[in-house]
Amino acid sequence: MSNFELKAETITKVFGRRLIFKDVDFSCKENGIYGISGPNGSGKSTFLKIITGIISPTKGKVTHLFEGKPIDSEKLHNYIGFVAPYLALYDEFSAVENIHFFSKIRGLNFTQEKLEFLFHQFGLFDRKHDLVKGYSSGMKQRLKYIFALIHSPKILFFDEPTSNLDNSGKEKVYQTVRDESQNNIVIIASNEDSDLALCSSVLELQNFKLKTDN
Amino acid sequence: MSAYALFKKDLASEMRTRYAINSLAMFIVVTISVILFSIGNEKISDFLSGGLFWVVIFFSAMSGLSRAFVSEEERGTTLTLQLIASPTTIFSGKLFFNLILVFAMNIIIALLYSALFDAFIIKNLSLFIYAFILGNIGIAIASTLIASIIAKASSKGTLYPVLSFPILLPLMLTLIDLTKQAMDGAPFQTSSVELAILGCYDVVMIAASFMLFDFIWKD
Repeated sequence: MSNFELKAETITKVFGRRLIFKDVDFSCKENGIYGISGPNGSGKSTFLKIITGIISPTKGKVTHLFEGKPIDSEKLHNYIGFVAPYLALYDEFSAVENIHFFSKIRGLNFTQEKLEFLFHQFGLFDRKHDLVKGYSSGMKQRLKYIFALIHSPKILFFDEPTSNLDNSGKEKVYQTVRDESQNNIVIIASNEDSDLALCSSVLELQNFKLKTDN
Repeated sequence: MSAYALFKKDLASEMRTRYAINSLAMFIVVTISVILFSIGNEKISDFLSGGLFWVVIFFSAMSGLSRAFVSEEERGTTLTLQLIASPTTIFSGKLFFNLILVFAMNIIIALLYSALFDAFIIKNLSLFIYAFILGNIGIAIASTLIASIIAKASSKGTLYPVLSFPILLPLMLTLIDLTKQAMDGAPFQTSSVELAILGCYDVVMIAASFMLFDFIWKD
């Protein structure tokens, strides 16, 4: 049972004159894997950015609760892990430096064991001191998982989780998703059938609405 | 503490990429050289010399201070920062970085300027130092806020000085006036109004920046 709760009520987003979606309600409380699918341009990534607090909705309200109490928006980032193609890391730093800098900016500590475990898990241990600019796109995607998991978040958001990954990378991601969903909420936004197959429920975002399709 | 971590990250990043330092150094050298060549053997007045000093500082600031946010936008790391820290932390860290950069840049300009321009003689040094410190703080705050606004625009290079000019104009005019008074050796009492204007400008800018940054950063 997760002690985290996410409630998004009547979320509307408009960019300029373009309506992305309107009056979308979404909530999750139980630990598990939730999917969001929809055609290209339907607003999956925008919706994820709104429910993670990265951008504001045009209308509506997003509430994050931990142990029944609302989380201060200034502290929300400590509870969230996010992997997405549009989240970039610093090319001029090594993988380890990136993780250290991000953790310090977050104001969170982590153990060296956890860092090494994650680097081993995602197959980057031997390259952890290399500059990120020398990484392939698949290696950068793996590093994003380390970045998302290092602070043991309560809720995880994966937007196109297997993009740029080879088969072994995909398997590691799927295993991570299954492991994390034992205690935490995992939300996946994707159109890949293999990604959505992991989800206990899939919500489809189309025609500016979110439709439940269990 | 998080803001300090962001400042350290920016400093380490700057030491490796030299985005801002190189453009600032080149701009300072080129601008001072152009002024020196254009003046030639002509004797310029004290007031003009003090005014040119702040013109060099204004344009040098325009060439390098926008990097705080523009470099994040160009590298695509803005969203990552939005994810991991609050707007207050981001603005504080970036402001701290720009403060250090402005002070370092302006101290170098002041030293070069006083070494190369005979007319630039400060008689009331303490008044000049007060004006210099308050002015640098004002430039850093205003530049950081404007940099955050223009970072997402397509024509950043043009927009930055255009937006900065009206915001920095009252600060620059006051600083030019105070520099002239410091060069004339005027006592502190006669410059109290200008110093109060500088202090108020800094307070208003810092308050407005923290109030507005949340909206700028999230949308």
